Amino acid sequence: MSKDIRIRKGLNINLVGAAEQTISKAVTSNVYALNLDDFHGITPKMLIKQGEEVKAGEPLFYNKNNEEMHFVSPVSGELVEVVRGARRKILTLKILADKEQNYMINKVPDLDEADGEAIKSYLLQCGGWPFVKQRPYDVIADPSVTPKAIFVSGYATAPLAADPDFILNDKEQEIQAAVMALSKLTPGKIHVTIGKSSRSAFNDIKGVELHKISGPHPAGLVGTQINKIDPVNKGETVWTISPQDLVMMGELLLTGKFNAERIVALAGSVIKEPKYYKTKIGAEISTFLYASGVKEDRFRLINGDVLTGVKTHTEGHLGFYNNTVTAIPEGDDYEFFGWNKPVFNKISSTRALTFSWLQPNKKYDLDTNTNGEHRAFVVTGRYEEVFPLDIYPLQLLKACMVKDLDEMEQLGLYEVAPEDFSLTEFICISKQPHQQIIREGLDLLQKELG
Amino acid sequence: MKEKLHQLKLKYQGKKMAPAFNALHTFLYTPNETTHSGSHVRAADDLKRTMNTVILALVPCLLFGMFNAGYQHYSAINGFPENFSLFDHFLTWDNFLVGITTVLPLVIVSYGVGLAIEFLFAVIKGHEVEEGYLVTGMLVPLIVPVDTPLWMLAIAVVFGVVIGKEVFGGTGMNILNPALTIRAFLFFAYPTWMSGDKVWVHEGVERAGTADAISGETVLGSLAQGSDYSYSLADMFYGFIPGSVGETSTLLIVLGGLFLIFSKIASWRIMVSAVIGALAMGLIFNGIVDAGWLPEYSKFYTLMSFPYWQHLLVGGLAFGIVFMATDPVTGSQTNKGKWYYGFFIGFLSVMIRVFNPGYPEGVFLAILLMNVFAPTIDHYVVRGNIKKRLKRFKTATIYPKASDAVDSLKTETA
Repeated sequence: MSKDIRIRKGLNINLVGAAEQTISKAVTSNVYALNLDDFHGITPKMLIKQGEEVKAGEPLFYNKNNEEMHFVSPVSGELVEVVRGARRKILTLKILADKEQNYMINKVPDLDEADGEAIKSYLLQCGGWPFVKQRPYDVIADPSVTPKAIFVSGYATAPLAADPDFILNDKEQEIQAAVMALSKLTPGKIHVTIGKSSRSAFNDIKGVELHKISGPHPAGLVGTQINKIDPVNKGETVWTISPQDLVMMGELLLTGKFNAERIVALAGSVIKEPKYYKTKIGAEISTFLYASGVKEDRFRLINGDVLTGVKTHTEGHLGFYNNTVTAIPEGDDYEFFGWNKPVFNKISSTRALTFSWLQPNKKYDLDTNTNGEHRAFVVTGRYEEVFPLDIYPLQLLKACMVKDLDEMEQLGLYEVAPEDFSLTEFICISKQPHQQIIREGLDLLQKELG
Repeated sequence: MKEKLHQLKLKYQGKKMAPAFNALHTFLYTPNETTHSGSHVRAADDLKRTMNTVILALVPCLLFGMFNAGYQHYSAINGFPENFSLFDHFLTWDNFLVGITTVLPLVIVSYGVGLAIEFLFAVIKGHEVEEGYLVTGMLVPLIVPVDTPLWMLAIAVVFGVVIGKEVFGGTGMNILNPALTIRAFLFFAYPTWMSGDKVWVHEGVERAGTADAISGETVLGSLAQGSDYSYSLADMFYGFIPGSVGETSTLLIVLGGLFLIFSKIASWRIMVSAVIGALAMGLIFNGIVDAGWLPEYSKFYTLMSFPYWQHLLVGGLAFGIVFMATDPVTGSQTNKGKWYYGFFIGFLSVMIRVFNPGYPEGVFLAILLMNVFAPTIDHYVVRGNIKKRLKRFKTATIYPKASDAVDSLKTETA
């Protein structure tokens, strides 16, 4: 059964440098790294000391608040460095990979027989759990809570993002296994949303509620889909998981092996030959970045897409949740009378001597310049045009800024993740940091009420 | 030049005068600032561009106002031309010269004083100079009588910017529209300079009581006194009538409004609903007159019997609706709220216009009043969304936590 959802509000940001749909194998990385900022809100407790050997899939650390929740190593090798920051906070774990990879083989549960508890403890023990995120708060799911539904977005509308249809090709078996397992963890449904005309692997998966969506970005964001399908109410919990993580979870359930392999889109106007690479979580980005070549020396390298990704650098590593790496030009240059000249080479949501509305399908080469300075909120009614959720974005942002917990709750902060505000942030005339404001609001709400 | 300014910027960084320097620097060049959190790319628009678009929409009104200043002045002396020709009688050097000598000083004083205060506050408070005054500074000369003494304007601007805006925290934080605060200050502090039949014509006040006395009453002024006016509908629409500097040409205001709507800078919802509100109130008044409820000797008779739609052509109503009511900071912020907000502005403007005994105009008072009520309107609109969410909450499916179940089991067994 499928239901069609049509998103009208939004904005497609078309950028040059989309990845060509061919997969190359990336050079094997020497050092792999887990960046602990990827796991928001987790305080790690190490299980392995620096200098010790681990197998691929062997736990490196656990969550301080839940000893059962293990985070495993993507590869086998030696834990060579624990990078610490202020107050000895662990920032990054670096593993020097073995030439021959040894996998820890876990005893797999019988998917037909096992109950929810068995599946849950298996995923927690074997490193599959961190793939499951929850709303409210947009953090790794709390395993003690039963969600009312699980959402998967099989559709990507973010600029230059990896195409799920492409990377999920031939992965039906793994997805089916993961869906079967997850269906035991909720009495509700597993909602999967795919593009209206896509040839998605999800078409043949049993046990899911399939939705078809069309429209501009943020149609592909899971937050938009939750809001349209079954919005989160106060006290409710839903889980979300991205499709490529579903594949990993499926493989873990079928073979007992934590296989960190992942297909990543390398995209952006700086890349000479943007295409897909097969690599592993935590791999050095340079192992495939230079295989495609870069056009200039100074550029912004992003773990993820340009709207929600994390800034990294050429010595950086692929993030835990990312399947896209983007490189765009840095924009740290001045522009003469940039504020009153007619603009043809940048995207705008207005027509104030900006002309991107003439060619909605033109591809742009945007850089990281903010195109203006930070100001107080002035203009109104603009965010609503790109924000399809049934939420007042400006009012919610202001509630977060003044830390008004009641208002934050009432206006629906439970339902959103920072990424839902990436598009309002993009068009913001006052150049306010929307995603940061929402993240801080969520953290505060979780601290006070969670 | 780019490099030199960059060096200077680094030199001034962290110094007291940095905001002042940056304001000038960012005027010449968009800054080299890059994104550091959240989205790595940003759209092309910033506040400067937004404000600039509004100014562009205002320029035709300003130019027209300059010519009209001369046209009204010479017509008051020589009488209105018999066969009016745009190029022979209106767009002339003589008219423009009057405009240059009367209107331009207003613009200069408005910007000079206002921006000086903005810079001062930016330096004292250590924040960047904000762009809000760019539009305010242009609006102010357009909504005052042509011969407003410059010192008066300067005092009003100081009051309007400091009390109307800076005390609330600057652009984006103010409750009342600064330009209208300035206008209201002038109106209440110097009423003789803001109304009557002398102030709308250049040299009208100067020559009062002499043999060369000239005057030019606005259409609304004539109506309020129950007397006739000699302007045709076309005059009113094109703007060849006495009035505040930039408010007379409904045609150019409509064009400016369409430009702002097209460029998505100003809210069409406010404009449309304000027009509806004005028409509604006008219709009610016309209806009262038609029903014969109002005796002809009533002092409101002429204004109330004025055809409802012509209210949009005279006075500052059109200008107020397009350029002042749509101020996003002081107006309603929700799309639904904008409908109510605009409607009441139009409705109240015509009501005040008819019933105000001292001064037959009400747009600025209506907008200021609705500025005050805008947050209330928004509050109820947002409540609607909250109620919807609460209603949904009743059907929420919350499963007990595993730990809760254990806890309840413990208490049961105990």
